Amino acid sequence: MATIPAEIKRNRIGLATSDYKGGKSTLCAGCGHNAISERIIDACYELGLDPHRIIKLSGIGCSSKSPAYFLNRSFGFNAVHGRMPSVATGALLANHTMRAIGVSGDGDTVSIGMGQFVHLMRRNLPMVYIIEDNGVYGLTKGQFSATADLGSKLKTGVVNELPPVDTCALAILCGATFVARSFSGDKRQLSAVLKAALAHRGMAMLDVISPCVTFNDHEGSTKSYQYVKEHEEALQDVDFVPVFDDIHVDYDPGTTTEIQLHDGSRLRLRKLERDFDPQNRKGALSLLTSYHAQGEVLTGVFYINPASPDFTGQLNLVPEPLATLPMDRVRPPQTVLDEIMSSLR
Amino acid sequence: MATSELAVKAPAAPAGDLVNDFSIQVATVNGSGSQSSNLVLLRTLFQMGIPVSGKNLFPSNIAGLPTWYTIRASHRHYIGRKKETDLLVAMNPETARDDVAGLRPNAAVIYDEPLRLDAQRQDLIFYPVPFDKIVAGVCPEAKLRKLVRNMIYVGVVGELLGMDWAETEKAVRRQFRRKQKAADLNWAAVAAGRDYAQQHLTKRDRCRLERMNETAGQIIIDGNAAAALGCLFAGVTVVAWYPITPSSSLCESLIEYLRKYRIDSATGQATFAAVQAEDELSALGMVLGAGWMGARAMTSTSGPGLSLMAEFTGLGYYAEIPAVIFDIQRVGPSTGLPTRTAQGDVSFTAGLSHGDTRHVVLLPGTARECYELAMRAFDLAEQLQTPVFVLSDLDLGMNNWMAEPFPYPEQPLQRGKVLTAGDLERLGGFARYRDVDGDGIPYRTLPGTDHPQAAFFTRGSGHNDQGQYSEKAADYKDNVDRLLRKFQTARSLVPPAIVERQGVGAHGVIAYGSTHFPLLESLDQLREKQGIDAAYLRLRAYPFGPEIAAFVRAHEVVYVVEQNRDGQMYDLLRLDLPAELAARLRSVRCYDGLPVDARSITETIVHLQD
Ligand SMILES: Cc1ncc(C[n+]2csc(CCOP(=O)(O)OP(=O)(O)O)c2C)c(N)n1
Ligand code: SF4
Ligand SMILES: [Mg+2]
Repeated sequence: MATIPAEIKRNRIGLATSDYKGGKSTLCAGCGHNAISERIIDACYELGLDPHRIIKLSGIGCSSKSPAYFLNRSFGFNAVHGRMPSVATGALLANHTMRAIGVSGDGDTVSIGMGQFVHLMRRNLPMVYIIEDNGVYGLTKGQFSATADLGSKLKTGVVNELPPVDTCALAILCGATFVARSFSGDKRQLSAVLKAALAHRGMAMLDVISPCVTFNDHEGSTKSYQYVKEHEEALQDVDFVPVFDDIHVDYDPGTTTEIQLHDGSRLRLRKLERDFDPQNRKGALSLLTSYHAQGEVLTGVFYINPASPDFTGQLNLVPEPLATLPMDRVRPPQTVLDEIMSSLR
Repeated sequence: MATSELAVKAPAAPAGDLVNDFSIQVATVNGSGSQSSNLVLLRTLFQMGIPVSGKNLFPSNIAGLPTWYTIRASHRHYIGRKKETDLLVAMNPETARDDVAGLRPNAAVIYDEPLRLDAQRQDLIFYPVPFDKIVAGVCPEAKLRKLVRNMIYVGVVGELLGMDWAETEKAVRRQFRRKQKAADLNWAAVAAGRDYAQQHLTKRDRCRLERMNETAGQIIIDGNAAAALGCLFAGVTVVAWYPITPSSSLCESLIEYLRKYRIDSATGQATFAAVQAEDELSALGMVLGAGWMGARAMTSTSGPGLSLMAEFTGLGYYAEIPAVIFDIQRVGPSTGLPTRTAQGDVSFTAGLSHGDTRHVVLLPGTARECYELAMRAFDLAEQLQTPVFVLSDLDLGMNNWMAEPFPYPEQPLQRGKVLTAGDLERLGGFARYRDVDGDGIPYRTLPGTDHPQAAFFTRGSGHNDQGQYSEKAADYKDNVDRLLRKFQTARSLVPPAIVERQGVGAHGVIAYGSTHFPLLESLDQLREKQGIDAAYLRLRAYPFGPEIAAFVRAHEVVYVVEQNRDGQMYDLLRLDLPAELAARLRSVRCYDGLPVDARSITETIVHLQD
């Protein structure tokens, strides 16, 4: 364990924030992705997660570079473009005791990676999957992605004429069990959502609007800081109460839904303008499909089902990681080979 | 077909009895249930102690298209395909005329009487059989008749050849071992065919069976099931696959074995995870994720799937992740002939992906080697920290082969250079891509290792020896040069080529994979009929070990025999050998989609003499 001076603040497992830091970011100053990395660092520190028990995976893109900029003591895997879901699936099958954070972009997920994304949601793999959504391909210099809104304008004046894919609606439709949208600029909400996602056992899909200051932050873009700030409508006030936090705060069950998560933590959602039940899949889908036309950016937790079986659970694996089972548990004895051979005679 | 016009015309069938030395071809319609009948024939011969092989030539279709099954009996242990048919069972009206037209004089034809094939040729021996009439007699239930009709030819063939009926009945009962009623009905159909032949047919052909003692203790297995057993005993824990002929049966057999032998009967918990992925990109992605995590992971596919795996293979190579990939080759390019065999993925696999890539490729030549090399592949993948390919093909993978029973592995699993938390404590850290031992193979930790210095970052982009992102020229070059060093190390780790036959004189032959058995027969033909006593080296892996250059050096002319159009292994060998040795190679290529036969090889080699 790292040796740290006593005056430095430590979390419940004795680590300092520096133990959760990553390498120095090479992304543009002001890029939304950097803010998300910060929130991941904070969330893991505050929850007291063991960094060596975490794997962080990504595809290709500016967003996908960011796992190098958080959790240096976790194991990172920067895969190929659009294919991180399969790598994460294999990794978690091999060791289902690890916690996984996947970071992708809107290009990485919704274009080239659409096939794997859909199947990842469908399998309800236990991991946090973050789309750092800026409506463009940052790394290849600003082409539209498939989450760009109708009528959104590139700097060059090109107007997007195709409808966007709503990743949250899609994720719910396909089987994800924790689906939320947030904004890299909304520190409070993003932190709470991230922590809840980390406490959830199952697929937690977070679409985080994350402005690209270099290619998509201008007048006419619907993914700019200014546009999102002006049009964000939070569905709820999101609050996360970790399992180890015994502070008791009263809440009004009339306005607030409390959901107990897998590890005993609690997610508190206080209704704002609309009456909405985040545990109703149909309702969530209908809200998301009807919402778009109004030009608002709706954020919050859209759907959560804390009790649905996840993929590794469904496979009924032995409790130990498959990766490191000793030989006598994975190579059947000679008698088995003899039995098979005699059946083939 | 051979590359050249055949040098020698098909010889007329020799005079005299053909005892345990002939081939039967059964022509039926796909989906007509003839597979059971053919397996009963195959097993009867096997149980009579006669070396036998069976090959299914089937269309890419579930039902309705023509399909052929050839069974070859050979007292000389020739289990490759024989080009000529000695006894045809013509059950398919659509192909019957062509099937009959293709026979050599004096061949015999059992046919469905209404087809009136006997009018077609004067130089064949015809045995008409009224199948519908006979089946109506044994099977009162009209809707079952279609299913047992084909068993009747088993009885007719058996009577004409002198089959041991006790063995046939045993084979029938084995085939339907879970269904007593079906077994009885099918055996009755065989007996009806036998009785008909006894009463109405006079034997005029020369094919005859005699009991031998050449199969005792042996097993019958297809290469895919054998490879699945190899995976099982290699301790595979993660399986990800996407169905494709001819590879599907590998993972399907494996999953069956895993369910039987790797689930705790008390808790129902599994020591494996098997996933049918959404495509081959995903299948290999899962395998790489699992291999990175430290699991023994595999996938199997065929050409089109392999094409999809190219990008991930490059990542596996560059990020140095163990993976085992079976390619059960079929005829390409593109969808090609999906149910026909070839060795056409050799050069593609050897360098799969963009940039400078080189892969370890294992080349099983027998069913037993499908088992053994499958096991080796997992060891090599972890020892070398790289994707390892096993190239089989449709002929080897899907057809039934006689084999000696497989031996239980003597070696423990070789898990490669993995550092534990204790190692890290002792060493004070590690550099993921540093060549500590001079063999090009670095050390790795497994995710989850509980030590502050355990973590490293895996990426397909340029990196220094600590795994950190780097675009520095020196870092890039050091890294890819080390990878080449690692590939050189692989030469001494992969299974060496085997000198299968010592020759006399100037000629040598190199072959691999399913070309092996027909080649053994071809070597006899060359010696007995052409006076060429060639030595034979069988390749079992790429990269090549030093024994290959030694073999070429010892011969003036070396024929490289393979089943593709372009001489892909010939090319790889020429690239690898010194120029003066490369000049000794001659390419022999057979690539019509059918399993290669000895005569085609022999004729091409003879042709190259002039
Ligand atoms: C197979 C393949 N095709 C194309 C590319 C080029 N490429 C790199 S990143 C990228 C788009 C990334 O967009 P997004 O996921 O939205 O990430 P962002 O940079 O916007 O964060 C593309 C097309 C690639 N790396 N691989
Ligand atoms: S180009 Fe855009 S997405 Fe990429 S780092 Fe810069 S601001 Fe971020
Ligand atoms: Mg983007």
